[in-house]
Amino acid sequence: MKILILGAGQVGSTVAESLVGEANDITVVDTDADKLRALQDRFDLRTLVGHASHPAVLEQAGIADADMLLAVTMSDEVNMVACKIAASLYNTPTRIARIRAADYLAHEELFNNDNFCVDFSICPEQILTDYISKLIEFPEALQVLEFADGLVSMVAVRATEGSPLIGRELSFLRSHMPNTETRVAAIFRQDRPLLPEGTTVVEANDEVFFIAATQHIRSVLKELRHMDQPAKRVMIVGGGNIGRRLGLALENKYQVKIIEHNKKSCERLAGEMKHTLVLNGDGTDENLLEAEHVGEVDVFCALTNDDENNIMSALLAKRSGARKVIALINRSAYVGLVQGGKIDIALSPAHVTIGSLLAYVRRGDVAVVHALRRGAAEALELVAHGDRQSSRVVGRRIDEIDLPKGATIGAIVRGEQVVMAHHDTVIEAEDHVIVFVINKAMIRKIEKLFQVDVGFF
Amino acid sequence: MRRALTVFHALGLMLMVFSLAYALPLVTSLLYRDGTLMDFLLAMLMTFASGLLLWLLTRRYKGELSVRHGYLLVVGMWTTMPAVATLPLLLVLDHLSFTDAYFETMSGITTTGATVLVGLDNMPPAINLWRHELNWLGGMGIIVLAVAILPLLGIGGRQLYKAETPGPMKDSALTPRITETARNLWLVYFGITLACIGALKLAGMNWLDAVCHAFATMGLGGFSTHDASIGYFNSPAIELVLIVFMLLASLNFATHFLVWREKSLRLYLRDAEAVGTILLILASCAGIALFLWWKGTYASFWTALRYASFNLVSIATDCGFASTDFNQWPIFAPLWMLFLSCVTVSSGSTGGGIKMIRTLVLFKQAGREFLKLLHPSAINPLKIGGQVVPNNIVFAVLGFIFLYFMTVVMLTFALVISGMDFISAFSAIIACINNAGPGLGTVGPAANYAGLNGFETWVCTTAMLAGRLEIFTLLIIFTPRFWRR
Repeated sequence: MKILILGAGQVGSTVAESLVGEANDITVVDTDADKLRALQDRFDLRTLVGHASHPAVLEQAGIADADMLLAVTMSDEVNMVACKIAASLYNTPTRIARIRAADYLAHEELFNNDNFCVDFSICPEQILTDYISKLIEFPEALQVLEFADGLVSMVAVRATEGSPLIGRELSFLRSHMPNTETRVAAIFRQDRPLLPEGTTVVEANDEVFFIAATQHIRSVLKELRHMDQPAKRVMIVGGGNIGRRLGLALENKYQVKIIEHNKKSCERLAGEMKHTLVLNGDGTDENLLEAEHVGEVDVFCALTNDDENNIMSALLAKRSGARKVIALINRSAYVGLVQGGKIDIALSPAHVTIGSLLAYVRRGDVAVVHALRRGAAEALELVAHGDRQSSRVVGRRIDEIDLPKGATIGAIVRGEQVVMAHHDTVIEAEDHVIVFVINKAMIRKIEKLFQVDVGFF
Repeated sequence: MRRALTVFHALGLMLMVFSLAYALPLVTSLLYRDGTLMDFLLAMLMTFASGLLLWLLTRRYKGELSVRHGYLLVVGMWTTMPAVATLPLLLVLDHLSFTDAYFETMSGITTTGATVLVGLDNMPPAINLWRHELNWLGGMGIIVLAVAILPLLGIGGRQLYKAETPGPMKDSALTPRITETARNLWLVYFGITLACIGALKLAGMNWLDAVCHAFATMGLGGFSTHDASIGYFNSPAIELVLIVFMLLASLNFATHFLVWREKSLRLYLRDAEAVGTILLILASCAGIALFLWWKGTYASFWTALRYASFNLVSIATDCGFASTDFNQWPIFAPLWMLFLSCVTVSSGSTGGGIKMIRTLVLFKQAGREFLKLLHPSAINPLKIGGQVVPNNIVFAVLGFIFLYFMTVVMLTFALVISGMDFISAFSAIIACINNAGPGLGTVGPAANYAGLNGFETWVCTTAMLAGRLEIFTLLIIFTPRFWRR
């Protein structure tokens, strides 16, 4: 696929990195030549310096035969205009824009084909905020991912010492919880994936991914871990775009404190927030953290745009006794370094948000993509079309489907109904199938599997 | 000094406009044939002539008004208007001294409603109407009216508007043009007054009383055509109508305008000040009624509620009607009412005092200080209704409160020196500076201000003017810096 990416910032470069690996022709446009050079040094793609919404620049970047335009510059306006130009002048088939201002998003008609011609809009900050909100809602989870408009969730937990799960075979889980249906989709032991089978025994420190209907998540978590108290106090370091959104999303349900070092931003934040306590100071200032009782905080989120500061303040908070600490870390090398140590969750914004873009790039009808374990694994929601003749999945039992080894079908959503996958479940047309893939290399095969033969049309 | 002549030029024009206000008593005089027609015609001519003279003499100095001139013009207008407005009173009532007449017209135009006249029931209808018209004109502000109907003030208009309109935050314009804003406010004011006249007529007043009392209610003035004030009617229906319209007049007219424009009553709830005003008044009514019932002042709770709510709303909104001699109530009740008169009404209403917005600001400021002690690094802007109030406004409010209390204390001392008892002196100053009307003791609702000597009358007149112009506007022209280049 020929893909044109506008903007080589955080989002643009992650998308580029991830798409290059999937054999696409990528061109990246940005006004900053240094950023582009860095990209080109690392990946096999073309770059172009120029203003992203100017037709001449777009033309030079090859928009005329591009299959997809990803406008992810810092400016909502540039992104919208670029989509409009791509549609009006070059008939680009798929146009995706990053739109951050809630005010634009509130007027959906702005994006239809009579106006700005944006097929899909994404807001990475909002995705990240929702993601962190979920982690706070389920304080024992490492990851909470939603499928089928929130009907099904996949949750990762660490099996800690004393959990009822440890030392048991997975088949025990079913007899242990006869009323709530859940499937273990994968287990990672010391960063290596295990294929879960009925006889697999869970060990301490395993990362267990299980899948269940969203309404059952809490009861499942209760069984898997000794349920902690639900979170009440949340402390956020960094009142930037993400900290601000998170504060606004949480302040009605939790006691929220935000620490921000810029006084001007503090004043703006405090003006916007109703119940949040905005503190002016440094997130790595242990005196400030102590004075604000960081030890009694249930969830501590370090969300500044400085990785090192985030790590340090999260470590300080953990040492002082914060129950769960989350650090936002942009550099993927650091993520691997930190995750699973003292810091409970190392969040890579790129990997959290990339999924929403990947869904549009994939072949076949892919509804949702979630990148897992820093992009090594993936959870997909695919829609099955066709019939027994034209499709390789529809009308077949799960054990008849030629799934590559390492991929598991976790659940199926049929209309509003959630069906947990058994080996004899038969997939019907228009089912949403949730597939867990432990190795990215298999994704192409799975996409092919779900594609309908041409004869169908 | 030459530039001050520009102010006199504008003042002359305004006096000419003001002379139009005599039209209403003239018509009344014609209708009722009360024999005051010639007096009013004469007063009108004299006002117009003095204005014209002033205008002609200073026409060489015609020019734009600066911020400074705005203050001077406002103070000039608010002192000369009552002066010329005394003309019909002096012409008709020959025993009246200028001091008393000036007190009466100042009380009218500052919407205080305190009176030195006795035998109101037998006054010529035109005189009574004139007093009430002053109440009504002063309520929304004569300069706001001038800005509304005459584009003569140019860009200085906004400054004038700010100098005259009460409240600490006046930058939120309703419409792009100040003329349009002023016009809309007057339209809303006029509309609600018409409704009030109709409601009072339906409740049983005659036309003259209905018009007069509607004027006094909407301006939160509190003049009455009867010595016994509203007690004369002894009608629960009239009291209820007046309570409703006094409460309406105690809210910000900008909010009324927005409600009318957006056709949504929910906007009242979004106005933090309006919510504060109404809640405080309702809670106080219930509390005082219970108190009076408990103390045995009234045998039945419902009678207590009727008298408590009317008199309390009237004093708390700085209107100043009375339906009974609340001076006879246990002292807590009238003191609480006087306290409410200081803090209750909204900014942008026709009432006086500190205003609810300043009360809220200071209340929240106190809360901020507590938070600062617990969380030294907290950034906690002061918010009213979700909007951040900048610190400079908080300081301005603090400065205002200080001046307000100092003015009350100093003027009270002045009255005490002249020989008044403390409760009467203190309540008279509070009632005058808040533009409420009746005080306690010798100036209570059963008596009036006629017993004051000349000096005391002037002190009270000053208090009324200072209260209406919110002290700063009046005092600023007495600072040396004001006159320095």
